[in-house]
Amino acid sequence: MATALSTKKDTKIRLQKSPTGIAGLDEITEGGLPKGRPTLICGEAGAGKTLFGIEFIVKGATQFNEPGVFVAFEEKSDELAANVASLGFDLKKLVQEKKVRLDYVHIERSEIEETGEYDLDGLFIRLGYAIDAIKAKRVVLDTLENLFSSLSNEAILRAELRRLFEWLKTKGVTAIVTGEKGSNQLTRQGLEEYVSDCVILLDHRVQNQISTRRLRVIKYRGSMHGTNEYPFLIDNNGISVLPVTSLTLENKVSSQRVSTGIPSLDNMLGGQGFFKGSSILVSGTAGTGKTSIAAHFANAACMRRERCIYFAFEESPEQIIRNMKSINVNLEKHVKSGLLKFHASRPTLYGLEMHLLVIYKMIQEFKPTTVILDPITNLVTVGTVSDIKSMLMRLIDYLQKEQITVLFTALTLNTIINENTDEGVSSLVDAWLLVRDIEFNGERNRGMYIMKSRGMKHSNQVREFVINDNGLELVDVFLGPEGVLTGSARVAHQLMEKTENALKAFSLNRKDREIERKSSMLEAKISGLRSEFESVKDELNRIYQEEELKQEVLNQNREAMINLRKEKVQQSTKK
Amino acid sequence: MEETWQLKLYVAGKTIKSAAALSNLKKYCEEYLKGKYKIEVIDLLVKPQLAEGDQIFAVPTLVKKVPEPIRKIIGDLSNKEKVLVGLNIIPVNKS
Repeated sequence: MATALSTKKDTKIRLQKSPTGIAGLDEITEGGLPKGRPTLICGEAGAGKTLFGIEFIVKGATQFNEPGVFVAFEEKSDELAANVASLGFDLKKLVQEKKVRLDYVHIERSEIEETGEYDLDGLFIRLGYAIDAIKAKRVVLDTLENLFSSLSNEAILRAELRRLFEWLKTKGVTAIVTGEKGSNQLTRQGLEEYVSDCVILLDHRVQNQISTRRLRVIKYRGSMHGTNEYPFLIDNNGISVLPVTSLTLENKVSSQRVSTGIPSLDNMLGGQGFFKGSSILVSGTAGTGKTSIAAHFANAACMRRERCIYFAFEESPEQIIRNMKSINVNLEKHVKSGLLKFHASRPTLYGLEMHLLVIYKMIQEFKPTTVILDPITNLVTVGTVSDIKSMLMRLIDYLQKEQITVLFTALTLNTIINENTDEGVSSLVDAWLLVRDIEFNGERNRGMYIMKSRGMKHSNQVREFVINDNGLELVDVFLGPEGVLTGSARVAHQLMEKTENALKAFSLNRKDREIERKSSMLEAKISGLRSEFESVKDELNRIYQEEELKQEVLNQNREAMINLRKEKVQQSTKK
Repeated sequence: MEETWQLKLYVAGKTIKSAAALSNLKKYCEEYLKGKYKIEVIDLLVKPQLAEGDQIFAVPTLVKKVPEPIRKIIGDLSNKEKVLVGLNIIPVNKS
């Protein structure tokens, strides 16, 4: 019930905000600084407080049609204008156009005596006059604490400051008050107790000899805000705060595929290559051809008439172009046609966050579809593994949102591959190609396999990966009795197989002939036996006929005998 | 050589503090600089644009430009000695 009521109230009386125009900050604060209220910006010397204030005023005047007054307690108006001119802010012109008013409150300690009661109405009147003169909506007081070093009566000052902030609120101006960081508190003079609406801390830290500026919204009454520390950058366009990591995983995905530039590798990935907008990690030991794979990928993107940025952290663009020419990849023509952009920088040039910012800015300006980072491992020199992981996570996140395909290369120092290598990004990426050298039989060859490739059918085979004058090629690896065969061992194996085949064919031939011979031999034998059988049969027939003939003759003889005897008997009876 | 003390007193409206400052100043001037001073009272509520020129941020502020050096005394000028030292009427107490 209570929550329902409060949310209802929230939508009704929504805190009005005044956009700062500072890239990234308005996202963190969901719209800007509280409108019509003072905001405290605190930080150490050189943290960028004054610049923050100036940018707030200038952007207000140029982008949001809100004139502003800048009251400087430290720098003279001319100095200030000169200092920010290098950032592309033309203060003098804005002053002439009555969009900005600079007021320098100079307090010369040596000229001043204090006796008795006083108040700061003089400052109020000056400020009020300045505000009314240009109908200002924004006010920056930089650095109010200087009053404390100039005036000794702290009791009066504190009472007057409280009055000042109340007065600013009644004036309806969005104010920024800057304050130097104190030892135990946010500001030296505890300004934070007066400014209770919004407090932003700027920080400038040096880690491993590399400095990174960071910003944190400590307090923002009545509003949601990002609570993290956000790195920010001061460059020739002023301040930019890093785009925030989106907290949700709701990126659009594409099922469109992009070719790797190596046909045989495409075949390993279901015949079509990687998904558009996915992140690919190519890791391997030194000299395994990671850069060559990256160059092929870049080349393929440019061949499709798409834009590509190549961030090189190890080699200069000329070096990469020259080296890739030797394997028949002409990157130079893409650079000339404006499709390919190289950005080479030493990792140690600036901190990780700066690298990330530079990458962001370049991507925003160039709008590529493909980004290559070669290699990410070198970034370890400027940050810890967890720093890199968080940086890459944000980068991958951003690229996914923009549907940009990214390819990282990473150097693995040990040959044992585990999840801890590759800066722990292996779990973040969508596809992971592993290139490794296979040392065997007195030579070193390259093998490649796909560790993972989310959402597609991919080959589980280790392929030998050959770099020759025509580019990269993947060859099937031969499995011999001793294991995987590569290089000359593979060639030897291929030759051996050929010989074996020839021998086999030959021996088959011989066997055929033998069978033929045997069959003809057997046939001859069979015919011999048959003729023998015939002769035996003849013989037997003859004997049989002889016997019959003999019997006949015998029978005839016996009859003749009988007849002869009968005649003899008749003759005797007659006698 | 006679010097004229040109004094400007910046106030913001007629407050107790500004009235006290003005009466104190007049009293000291009559006592120590009779005939060689000029007091100009500037009300910033009437002429706010003048605040910037003399770098006024607190009121009341007494500004002495002539004779050199420039000195500013802020407050109701209740401490006589400080005011006199500030206006170079008497030298800084060396003791």
